[in-house]
Amino acid sequence: MPSRSRITTCFRSSRWDSAPIILLLKTLAIRTGDEKYSRAARFWAKIFGINFAVGVVTGIPMEFQFGTNWSHFARFAGGVIGQTLAMEGTFAFFLESSFLGLFLYGEKRLSRTAHWFAALGVFLGSWLSGFFIVATDAWMQHPVAYTQSADGTFQLNSFSALLLNPWAWWQYAHTMCGAVVTGAFVMAALGAFYVLTKKHDEQGRLFVRIGLVTALFASLVQLFPTGDGQGRLVLQHQPATLAAMEALFKTDRYAPMVIIGQPNTDEKRLDNTLQIPGALSFLTYRRWSAEVKGLDQFRPEDVTDSIALLYYSYHIMVGLGTIFIAITIVSTLLLWRRKLFEARWMLWVLMLSFPFPYIANTAGWMTAEIGRQPWLIYGLMRTAQGYSHQVSAGNAMFTLLGFMGMYTVLGILFLFLVMREVAHGPEPAITHVEKIRFEYAAAGR
Amino acid sequence: MPTFWYFVLALMMTVYVILDGFDIGAGIVHGLVARNDEERRAVFQAIGPYWDGNEVWLLAAGGTLYFAFPLLYASSFSGFYLPLIMVLWLLILRGCSIEFRSHLSEPVWRTFFDFGFSFSSILLAIFLGAALGNVLRGVPLDENASFFEPLWTNFVPSGNTGVLDWYTVLAGVVALLSLALHGAAYLVMKTNGDLRERSRKLAMRLWYAVLPLCLLALIATYYVRPPAVVNAHKPVLWLFPPLVVLSLATQWWALRRNRDALAFYSSCGYIVGVLGGAAVAMYPYLLPDNVHLEHSLTIYNAASSPYAMKIALLWWPLGMALAITWFYVVYRSFRGRVEAEP
Repeated sequence: MPSRSRITTCFRSSRWDSAPIILLLKTLAIRTGDEKYSRAARFWAKIFGINFAVGVVTGIPMEFQFGTNWSHFARFAGGVIGQTLAMEGTFAFFLESSFLGLFLYGEKRLSRTAHWFAALGVFLGSWLSGFFIVATDAWMQHPVAYTQSADGTFQLNSFSALLLNPWAWWQYAHTMCGAVVTGAFVMAALGAFYVLTKKHDEQGRLFVRIGLVTALFASLVQLFPTGDGQGRLVLQHQPATLAAMEALFKTDRYAPMVIIGQPNTDEKRLDNTLQIPGALSFLTYRRWSAEVKGLDQFRPEDVTDSIALLYYSYHIMVGLGTIFIAITIVSTLLLWRRKLFEARWMLWVLMLSFPFPYIANTAGWMTAEIGRQPWLIYGLMRTAQGYSHQVSAGNAMFTLLGFMGMYTVLGILFLFLVMREVAHGPEPAITHVEKIRFEYAAAGR
Repeated sequence: MPTFWYFVLALMMTVYVILDGFDIGAGIVHGLVARNDEERRAVFQAIGPYWDGNEVWLLAAGGTLYFAFPLLYASSFSGFYLPLIMVLWLLILRGCSIEFRSHLSEPVWRTFFDFGFSFSSILLAIFLGAALGNVLRGVPLDENASFFEPLWTNFVPSGNTGVLDWYTVLAGVVALLSLALHGAAYLVMKTNGDLRERSRKLAMRLWYAVLPLCLLALIATYYVRPPAVVNAHKPVLWLFPPLVVLSLATQWWALRRNRDALAFYSSCGYIVGVLGGAAVAMYPYLLPDNVHLEHSLTIYNAASSPYAMKIALLWWPLGMALAITWFYVVYRSFRGRVEAEP
């Protein structure tokens, strides 16, 4: 029963991938004084304006759903995670929302530098918010800095240990890097679309270049060190989760890394596998012969009952991550050899790749949240103990359907509005006279 | 220490109602005062840069409530499950209506989003008022401090209560009219021409409705409140009714004399009077029980650990100082009346 809050996270993370790209374009525009970056920034600001609106409104429920749907968890854990959630409101939301208003409504009223600061504020706010929410999730994955009172509630005993939870920092790095991959891929994909359709060619090439270089860097960091670091934490603190993620039914030396294969939970084996022998042992312990604990080492009640779903989520995430690295390396090489914009097949690949980072991010969150099951707070409180007992199943179903309907409409509206902006495209290059005026203004900043 | 956080919470909620109140209020009245697309755009221009930041006060107050009084958060959020989720839906609808309106230029869609904006603003105001009514009236808590309120039962504010009864509906109507007045006063201050004049006329009419209903609600509260909330021995409470009356009187005068800013600030004073009075009257109760007095949640039995409350003293003032700085920057950047764009 992965919590509904996670649906919110997927929507909400759309702010994390938008903000850095806008900031990057605004920075380039100011540093180079080249108006093509300003046009690019204005175009993406329109798209991300829609993105932010959806992200902001769907971000609101999360702050409340701990109390509405998970009241027993909220009551027992509030002494600890109340801190991170309250800090998210005070430090991140105020910053983000204030500067978002300035950014969206203020381009005409503000100086170029002030508008850049507005973009910076939105970026810092949304990424701070990311830290506090990930720190909250990290405490549920790997509880630290608490003591249990006589009445069973958990109370914070070290503020710094809560914020320095190693799980929080690895998970934050991995999550945010995933957001950058998404933003960069969307940018490159749209650029490829414009180049292929021969519309807005100059801006299209710009989007491809910036998107691709960013995506290459982020995809590599996503694998190492952030993905690797996250994986080692899972091994160290949630060995049962690791076994279930890999569908490793039997403890084994030279444990293989499975690339393709279907877990058969009844027979406790993997079918139709394509695997690299010893690779899992090597990746986890840096030794080919190391013994990796399988599911046979753990009590069934301490392992999730959705092994197959967890296995697929994890493998889809890792598989897509590997494909992203391959795509970005090949196309960056082509770009470097100045052949990318002639290689139409590669542009097609780039264009069609845009949905996959969203899928990879969602699969990543599913891996984290299903992997933690059956625990709500790992090792301390089970999911079955945490929900709001006084809210009847019928009422929960009513609101779940309501949210599903609302988010479906929002999703359609979002796609519709984004498609309109895409069809409209960035504004055309300005005339010579305007260009001189622009450079004049830039020189006088 | 719990007392400190109780009043911090009351302060944050009051700031929320004052700030988000004016953009909700603008949503309530904009269908009445803005007659054409240009005027409607002016209304959206007047609240556009602010509404999101204003709404964050609700989230920040929610977060503060959670860390300071976790038991209250867990108990009340699950107990008021249905109305709270509906508030979330309304907030989503409202945010989309405001933000997406400018992205779809066809008149049909603009009408649609205008309707969404009015509808969600009106219902939100009623829900906020009813929420305050529910807290003042109290709920039937069990010995584990949990409860579940259906949306309505028999509309009688005692015993087996629902979220809506005659008292909480009255509170909702008072909130609706008060925020409408607040929003109209805001538009008077922020806009020009016909739009401003119509807002002023509407504000003057609303004023006559708010005054008697506000007094009625005060009397009703006196009779409905659970025995737990005894306020006779709190002399400081007597400060608030005069503040309410004084604010309303100032507003009456300011609206007639075209002292637009003063009219808006006196509306803020009115909100401080009402909510401040409620907070002082409730103290030290957070959520009183209307059947068994001893089940009530107070700032003592719902409080977080002393360490958590102490450590928050480190970051909370810093966070607030930063937030106030951001608000100052934003409000300064968009100061003055909105200019209608051709």
